[in-house]
Order: sequence, then C-alpha cells, then structure tokens
Amino acid sequence: MQFRLTGLTTAALGAGALLPNAAAAQTMDLSITLPRIQVAEYHKPYVAVWLEKEGQAPRTLSVWYDVDKRGGEGTKWLHEVRQWWRASGRTMSFPADGISGATRAPGVQKQRLVAGKGGMPALTPGQYTLVVEAAREVGGREVVRLPFAWNGSSATATGKGASELGTVSFTLTR
Amino acid sequence: MKFRKPLFALAAVTALAAPAAIAHRMWLLPSSTVVSGTDNWVTVDAAVSNDLFYFDHRPLGAVPVITQPDGTEGKAEHHNVGQFRATFDVHLTQQGTYRIAVVNQGVFGRYTLNGETKMLPRGTTKAQLATAIPAGATDVQTGEMLARNEIFVTQGAPTNTVFKPTGEGIELVPVTHPNDLVANEPATFQFLLDGKPASGLYVTTILGGGRYRAAPKQIEQRTDAAGKVTIKWPEAGMYWINVTQNAPQPEGEGPRPQAQGGAARPAQGGPQAMGGVPSGRRVSYTTTLEVLAP
Repeated sequence: MQFRLTGLTTAALGAGALLPNAAAAQTMDLSITLPRIQVAEYHKPYVAVWLEKEGQAPRTLSVWYDVDKRGGEGTKWLHEVRQWWRASGRTMSFPADGISGATRAPGVQKQRLVAGKGGMPALTPGQYTLVVEAAREVGGREVVRLPFAWNGSSATATGKGASELGTVSFTLTR
Repeated sequence: MKFRKPLFALAAVTALAAPAAIAHRMWLLPSSTVVSGTDNWVTVDAAVSNDLFYFDHRPLGAVPVITQPDGTEGKAEHHNVGQFRATFDVHLTQQGTYRIAVVNQGVFGRYTLNGETKMLPRGTTKAQLATAIPAGATDVQTGEMLARNEIFVTQGAPTNTVFKPTGEGIELVPVTHPNDLVANEPATFQFLLDGKPASGLYVTTILGGGRYRAAPKQIEQRTDAAGKVTIKWPEAGMYWINVTQNAPQPEGEGPRPQAQGGAARPAQGGPQAMGGVPSGRRVSYTTTLEVLAP
C-alpha cells in the first residue's frame, strides 16, 4: 500500500495530534482476503472500500488499482468496479490522496484506516455499511457488504465472498 | 422474423415518401456508455436492421452530431460507411455526459400533376417544399417527419446539459439518468413532444441479443399524463428504446396494418391516408440504453 503523503494528509495528522480525542481516536483495522484463483490469465483485482450511511454521500476509504500506470491509464478501468464507481468513484479525481493505492496480491491483505487520514472520516454513532468490491481484469466482480452499528467505542463485522473475495472483516475502535 | 420480400414489395410503393426504416430499426450502439478517466474513446456502430443489435441489413450512414458536456459541438471521427453498418469514433476529453445524435428531419408527400401521381423526392426539407411541388399540382398531400436517434455516453459523473430540450419533436428528459441504469432498479424517463410532456406516447423497449432467444424480450408501454414511463429491466444488457406518437408498426411490415385482428393497437392521432403514405406529422425518438448488472 502506498499512501501518497501530501501536505494535506500531514495537516490532518497534525490536527489529530492536537486533538487526540477526535482524529487520533477511531482506527479501523481492515482485513481483505483475495483468493488465489487458478486461471490461465490472472491479474490482481481492482478493489474499492467504501462506507455508506443512510442519508449521507458514500465515502471512499480505499481504492487499489494500477495507480502507477503511465499517463493515468490505470483510471481507465476504474468504472469496472461498478457499484463503487456509481456510489462514489465517479465523483472523485485520481489519484486520490491517502485513498489510491496499488493493487495487491492474493492472500490476506491488511490495512489500517485512521479517522481524519485519507478517506476515513470520524464516525458519529449510527448505522453504517462497509462495502468491499473487487473486480478482476478478464475475471469476475464481487461485492461484500458489512453492516454495523457504531456506538462510539467499538464495532466489528465479518463477511465472506464466494468468488472474487474471501473473508472480509474489520474492527473499529477508538 | 424477417419478411424481406414483402418489405421490398411495399418499399416500391412507400419508401419514396417514408423513411427507410419504416419497418426496420435504426440503431446506434456505443462500445461503452460509462467510462472512467479523463481521455477515452468510444466507437459507435450505426445500422438499420430487424434484429438488435446485428448489422445485417443497411448502414445508418448519416454523420452524427456530437454534443459535449459543456454544450459545444464535438466531432465524429473516422466515420466510415460500410455495406452493413457505419462506424465512427468519439474522443471523450471532457467530464460528463455526451450526446451522439442522428436527427432525420424532412417532409414527405405526393401530388398529382397531369394525371400522374408523383412522390416528393426523399430528403426534401420543409424549406424546399414550396419549390418541390410544381405549379399546377393538385391533390397535394404532405407530412413532416422528425426522427431523433440519440445515445449518451458519460465520462466520470453524469451531467444534464445535453438534455436541454429544443422543443421540436420527441425528446427525452431524464428522471433517471440514461447512463445510470442498473438491472435491479426501474428507470423513469419523461418524454416531451415539441417541448411539452406528452401522454400516451408508445414506448417500445427491446433487449438486444435477440438472435439467441426464441421470444424477444420486449416491453410495450405508454407514457402517463406527465409524459413519463417507468421501465423495469428484465436483466442487464443493451436496450433499444423507440418512442412514437402513433402505434408502432409490427416488425417486418410496411405501412401500418389496416386489419391485424386483435394484434394491432389502435392508432392514435396521425391518420393513415393516401394509400400507404401517412399524412400529417411523423415524429419518433430512438435511443440505445445500457443497463449494467448490479
């Protein structure tokens, strides 16, 4: 995962340090299993992770794609992560600071998301859904949805895909 | 069903006046409708055929008009008219929704001169009408046609600038954006006739890929009092939508049937007259919509 650290994210970090109860508090440890798929032509999937809350615009937390392709070529296929593209991606510009990352290999992939950094907002208590979608070139596409309630102190959820995603889970603490 | 022979026989009688696609379907098929990034191309097949979307009859050779998201006119590049289809490319450099349109506008009709019945030449425009009919002509019967065929392609987030109505013929106003269609969500569109919401328009929705299906996946609807229609997609795919003021003609036949038993729907508005040449005004709207899997 290559987070592009910029002035903005650094500023967010700085702000978090000053207000430890707010920004530095919420941390989401996310685990996404990308299954090993035996096919003649395998490409690592594009994966998008986003957060939905009723009545609010979905927030993209993370997108793994061909970030480093010349001339932004990697963005050409972002729309194939179809549900995410419609929910959030199409209104964003790329690369997105702290959100864009390189594709990842099969296996258990972990990512820590901290409120106030990248796309991760500080959550107010309520009902949320964390959504993970994977789309693979010359392969399939799958979405795993993890609904959860945030009570302000902790939350966890686990789900499992059947084709393009294995187990997806997270714990959210403050 | 392809009734080629009867069609040509009828064509001799009617084709001079009526558009070529009187029985066939005109369609524009884009390679993509939803794209990401900042610099993309789409290519479009343009053809006239019965089965959707198989180019096996005639090309739709008219040069399309491209309207870019910012309202300026774009360019159809690499336009080529082949035996069965025309193709062209559109370079997408702006963010938002593009419109790619082929608008067929003109007059048709006939007159009698020295005891002989003559048809107006194809492609006659309204402006030419006065000179197209010679002095001394009697029994003059003319009608206007305005057939809009347009498709939409969106780079990035959908926008609405290209849907500003011109107030002429049938036009689509999105309630659901035509590039935001998903199989498990019904879509609603409003249709205007000369700029006003038009109730009772005939809306035919046909799923492409019919060659591999015994029965066509086809939905027949009418617009409601507000000119709106809500389409429930049977599945994801490319759909051909055709909107007419009068009851559409059964596929593979020429003029509207006089008697087809219970199968024919009553014509509304435009009367059938002049022995195969419809009088009055003939307006239609056609689009191809891509419905994605959820």
